[in-house]
Amino acid sequence: MKLYWHYVRLQFAAAMEYKTSFVLVCLGQFLVSFNGFLGVYFLFSRFHSVKGWSYEEILLCFGIVLLQYSLAECFARGFDGFAGILGNGQFDRILLRPRSTILQVLGTRMEFTRIGRMVQAVVMFVYGLSRCRVEWTLGKGLVLALMLLCGSFVFAGLFLIYAALCFFTTEGLEFMNIFTDGAREYGRYPIDVFGKRILRFCTFVVPYALIQYYPLRFVLDRGARWYYGLLPLLSLLFLLPCYGLYCLGRRHYRSTGS
Amino acid sequence: MKTIRTYASFFRVRFLMGLQYRAAALAGVATQFAWGFLELAAYHAFYAEQPENFPMGFSELSSYVWLQQAFLALFMVWMLENEIFEKIIDGGVAYELCRPISLYAMWFSRSVANRLSRAILRCLPILAAAFFLPEPYGIRLPERPLTLLLFAVSMVLALLAVVAFCMIIYLLTFFTMSPLGLRILFVSFVELFSGAIVPFPFLPEPVRTVFELLPFGSMQNVPLRAYSGNLAGAALARAMLLQAFWVLVLIGGGWLLSRRAIRRTVLNGG
Repeated sequence: MKLYWHYVRLQFAAAMEYKTSFVLVCLGQFLVSFNGFLGVYFLFSRFHSVKGWSYEEILLCFGIVLLQYSLAECFARGFDGFAGILGNGQFDRILLRPRSTILQVLGTRMEFTRIGRMVQAVVMFVYGLSRCRVEWTLGKGLVLALMLLCGSFVFAGLFLIYAALCFFTTEGLEFMNIFTDGAREYGRYPIDVFGKRILRFCTFVVPYALIQYYPLRFVLDRGARWYYGLLPLLSLLFLLPCYGLYCLGRRHYRSTGS
Repeated sequence: MKTIRTYASFFRVRFLMGLQYRAAALAGVATQFAWGFLELAAYHAFYAEQPENFPMGFSELSSYVWLQQAFLALFMVWMLENEIFEKIIDGGVAYELCRPISLYAMWFSRSVANRLSRAILRCLPILAAAFFLPEPYGIRLPERPLTLLLFAVSMVLALLAVVAFCMIIYLLTFFTMSPLGLRILFVSFVELFSGAIVPFPFLPEPVRTVFELLPFGSMQNVPLRAYSGNLAGAALARAMLLQAFWVLVLIGGGWLLSRRAIRRTVLNGG
């Protein structure tokens, strides 16, 4: 853990060396996700609700997912460059060191520019919260915190799968985008919007619904059962197969040479 | 005649190069199909709630989304070529300038070829799959062959507009020497203004008129709506004239810019 914070500090210092570029990229990140917000805004200037979810509730949902995603991306995007790490033989060096390989890969890159996106997410999150007229209890606050935490872990798990698949293909796989970027883009709507079958997929295969739809119903008092608020914890089980796949890949690893 | 043959050969080389990446294309096809599917599922939820507020027929929207996914490579401004940026920054552009042909025309034809080769590999499987989806989620051939022709022409105009705009981004890099900031700003604006995020009919009224007049409204907006007949008759004719106008302006502006850029190019070291 101490090592990880050391990586964080190093990466942050490195990012600060190029301040103008840092600010511009942050701004760009903000604009990109702002477009997503405008999309929702324009649609709701025409429609009042979707599947019974109001504009404010959708914004809250969007804010939560975006926050989960950008947190995960900020700290776990090292996996994004994993194809490169495998390709140029850097992974051999990592294997030689007596520390966890995952930790070291994480340390290779952190994207603090995601702050732009996070600002956007926080604004929507706060706006949604203040407008949703929820009677707040301690339990609901805790559930919200759980959603953010576990959600970031689920997205981090998806990045890990992406990296694990690189062991087999040595190249990044574009279709993983559906599960990461796609989930970010379409996660703005609570998942029942997409219909029963997709909801089932997102409950039992990739647990998006556990970090978004069910606990959100709990927070917003939409006919939720008591245990819906605890489902984010269950989503952490998803990390096990992710880690398993990664270990399998690591055993399968053959250096590409340098 | 000879110069045309030169550019045609640039075009051919790039085109064949693009066709080599078949596995990547296959992965791309799967991704884009899933993407289009989710997009339609989301719109369908809105449609189910208040069909009377839906600004276009659902099958019109379906064909818009599927064509957008199928021809993604033609219309997305964010698919810029890193190679060109690198050439400008590391001085590789000097070699390009040594060639006895116009830099602008060379990069232009090469960009068109890159986009075409990518689109051709990817569009067929997506369109084929979309044809077999049930009404109104799939895509159908337009009733009149004339529509298909107009669609093709406006698609060519849209492609020219997109490439001409990308050329301006490349050329501006000559002046700023750091493409990152410019690039991300331009790209996110164009996404919104061109109808990549929300199709134009969904926009509220004053915004929509402004967006239609901007050069970005002449990109994917026109062909994708022409296909389903959402844009037809006099409105389509007007939109296509506007497309032609913006293509000329963008190419003209880019060409002038390229002359200024080349004149002030400084190559550091060798």
